[in-house]
Parts: sequence; structure tokens; C-alpha cells
Amino acid sequence: MLKHFDKAFENRVRLQVMAVLMANDSYDFNSLKELLDVTDGNLASHLKALEKVGYIDVHKSFVGRKTNTSYTASAIGKQAFERHLNALEELINQHRS
Amino acid sequence: MDQKELGAELHSIRRLMERSAKFISLSGLSGVLAGVYALAGAGVAYGLTYKTISLFPYEDNFPSDNTLVWQLAGIGLTVLVAAIVTAVLLSSRKARIQGQQVWNPASKALLRAIAYPLVAGGLLVFIAIAHGWFALVAPVCLIFYGLALVAGSRYTYRMVEWLGIMQLALGLVAAAVPGYGLLFWSLGFGVLHIVYGIIMHVKYDRRGEA
Repeated sequence: MLKHFDKAFENRVRLQVMAVLMANDSYDFNSLKELLDVTDGNLASHLKALEKVGYIDVHKSFVGRKTNTSYTASAIGKQAFERHLNALEELINQHRS
Repeated sequence: MDQKELGAELHSIRRLMERSAKFISLSGLSGVLAGVYALAGAGVAYGLTYKTISLFPYEDNFPSDNTLVWQLAGIGLTVLVAAIVTAVLLSSRKARIQGQQVWNPASKALLRAIAYPLVAGGLLVFIAIAHGWFALVAPVCLIFYGLALVAGSRYTYRMVEWLGIMQLALGLVAAAVPGYGLLFWSLGFGVLHIVYGIIMHVKYDRRGEA
């Protein structure tokens, strides 16, 4: 069972980021920061980690002269998230019975 | 992590997914006020059109007087602008209390979803007025507004979908029995808004969360 637990989601912020990207087509950096109530540096490092394992895709665009960075969940990221959540659920159900 | 913690974690993740995708700062009170504006506007429109008061304002001669037509259109627009301004102000206030941004991905998605039916409906109303198809004005307002609410409900409280369906149904009835446009318009934009606004206010505004 535990083998389905994803190392990438051991950190709470990373799991939360992934959850938001599952529920939305895309989400930008500032809105994520606002929603999760984390610091710039903290969020940036977790996003980098998720990007490195290929779970999220990064899109940079310009709004006027400011850069706007938004994120989307990749196909393998979505799969990994679902597997992780299912494993969590099964673990809970197992304990219950 | 024990079982309880795991359960709480799972629940918080589910809530986060819900919260991130839905605009939950929509103010119920602004719905009530929009309804009040609509009824006031309808009252003024009624006074201008009929001069005398009768319970069922059946109109077999649609307004042919151009000044009156544009006066009525002006009243409608004034009500619309007042309702929008109120909704924006009260929702911003609610968002501030909730510690959320008004302008977030959920509110953008909400606006995008309602924009097409609203703009199309608004243009169709102007076309109808320009052609003198006055019987279509109230049904088109109600039907397209209802469609906008149904489309937008994905991005906010689910209850909004029911309000949309009821506006839509009312619009179709209004189209089936022409001549009672103002009556149906008042029921939809006035009474339904007030009822739904009160329900939303009691259910969500006080607790400040979805």
C-alpha cells in the first residue's frame, strides 16, 4: 500500500498545489500564494520540485511589462495525484474495518 | 499520521480543491438589493406606461411612443448598473472579510462563463427594441440571464444553478403569454432575487464560508 504514496507529495504545500491544479485548468503564482498563504520563496521552491518531476507545466506570459507565471497539471501529475489520494483513502478504509 | 489525521488531511485537500475553483465571496445581500432595485424600476415603469393601477397589467397595445420606449430602456439600464455596482462593492467587502481576493482565478472563470449569454442577450434586447418586438424584451432578458446563471454556477455556489433554471422557466412562460412582460420581469428580477438573496445571506454570508 505504502508504495503508492508519492514522495513528491510528502510535503503538504506540494500536495495542496497539486490539488488546486487538479481542480482548475490553470492557476497563477500570485493566486496560489494568496490561497495557500505561503511565502514567495517557499512556494517557488515547491513549484520547482513539482516541475522537476514533471508533474506540472509552467507557462510564462507578459501582462503589460510584468511577467505572469501560471501552472497547469501535467498528465502524469494528474495520475500521480489520483494514485496518491486513492492510497490515502484505502489506508483510511483499511483502518476502519 | 494516524487515521484521524489522515481523514482530516483528505478532507482539507477536498475543500481546497472546491475553494480554489469556486468564487465564494458572492454576496447574498447584493441579490436582495438587486431585487429591490428591480421592483422599484418596475414600479416607475408601470407608472409611466399605465398611469392607472390595475392588478394584472395586460398590455395589448405595446408602447408605440418612442420617448416612452427609451425611458423604459433607461430605467432597465439604470437598474442593471445599480445592481452590478452593488454586487461588486458588497462582494469585495465579503472577500476582504474572508481574507480572499475578489479578482482571483475563480471570479475570472465566473465572469468568462456568464459573459457570452449576457452580452448576446443584451444585444438581442436592443435589436428587439429597435425592431419594435416589445413582446420579446422581458422573455429575452429572463432567458439569457437564466442561461448565464446556469453557466456561471459551476464557478460559485451550486444554488445559483437553480436560480438560473427558474429565471429561464419564467422567461419561457413570459414568451408564451405575451403582454405580461413587466409582471414576469418583476417576478424574475425582483421577487426571485430577493428570495434567493435572503437564502444565500442566511446560508453563507453570516458564516462567511461555503
